[in-house]
Amino acid sequence: MFRVTRRYQFAASHRLHSPLLSEGENERVYGKCNHPYGHGHNYVLEVSARGPLDPAAGSAVNRALLDCLVARQVLEPLDHRNLNADVDWFGPAVPTSENLGIEICRRLKRNWAAVFSGDWPRLEKVRIEETPRNIFEIKADEVE
Amino acid sequence: MIITRKIEFSASHVCRNPALSEEENRKLFGLAANPHGHGHNYVLEVSVEGAPDAVTGMVLDLKELKDVLHREVVEPYDHRFLNYEVPPFDRVIPTAENIARDIWLRLEPRLNRPGRHLRLVRLYETPDLWVDYWGNETCSA
Repeated sequence: MFRVTRRYQFAASHRLHSPLLSEGENERVYGKCNHPYGHGHNYVLEVSARGPLDPAAGSAVNRALLDCLVARQVLEPLDHRNLNADVDWFGPAVPTSENLGIEICRRLKRNWAAVFSGDWPRLEKVRIEETPRNIFEIKADEVE
Repeated sequence: MIITRKIEFSASHVCRNPALSEEENRKLFGLAANPHGHGHNYVLEVSVEGAPDAVTGMVLDLKELKDVLHREVVEPYDHRFLNYEVPPFDRVIPTAENIARDIWLRLEPRLNRPGRHLRLVRLYETPDLWVDYWGNETCSA
């Protein structure tokens, strides 16, 4: 069994502001992440899949298929976008990196079988660096 | 406790399966199928698990680990064309998975001793692509 991890990057902006909280509470909870016009990050996304070796390819995960899935489901919708204004993934939820990671993981998992049709490889986890110091990891088992 | 040491080597390879057509090789391996090969600065992380020795306070002597990695990996692999110069890659496609497994097979008998065992081989082909191999165990590493 092997784990293959691929690293991607996208740039996006967001503002952390919950409609369930007052202005004062939003400021207190989110601090500078609540500044009214939002701010941006260079997000780093790591996608890990595991599986046995495909003998013909000498490989456990076809990189081109993984790249294609991640490009379509994640990079194209998110790169150089405003997560609050341009991306309809969150509804009333706040586009924190927790929620972003969960949503990315869910989308990859839901669309996985259309690209990887056999039993293997399987999506194992998604890891997001919002900045080099703030890192969020979601296992595929944690989402539907 | 897990101890990890990192080394680097540079090597070239080409990923083609001789049983497949040109078109199938292109589809499967993309640019990595270019016939004259290409190179990478590989980064290898090797993790050994064990308990510190009661006397030395060490899981293993890092100098010993350094020497084993140099002898078993750097010497045979560094600045070589893997397909032509480093068996078994004359007959095994030198994908990151197969390289990681070959490194595991080279290291395991040199590192496993009572009280310690090779836990994980992580091979970075580029900073954006890496493979983990932990032997035939089914458990996560």
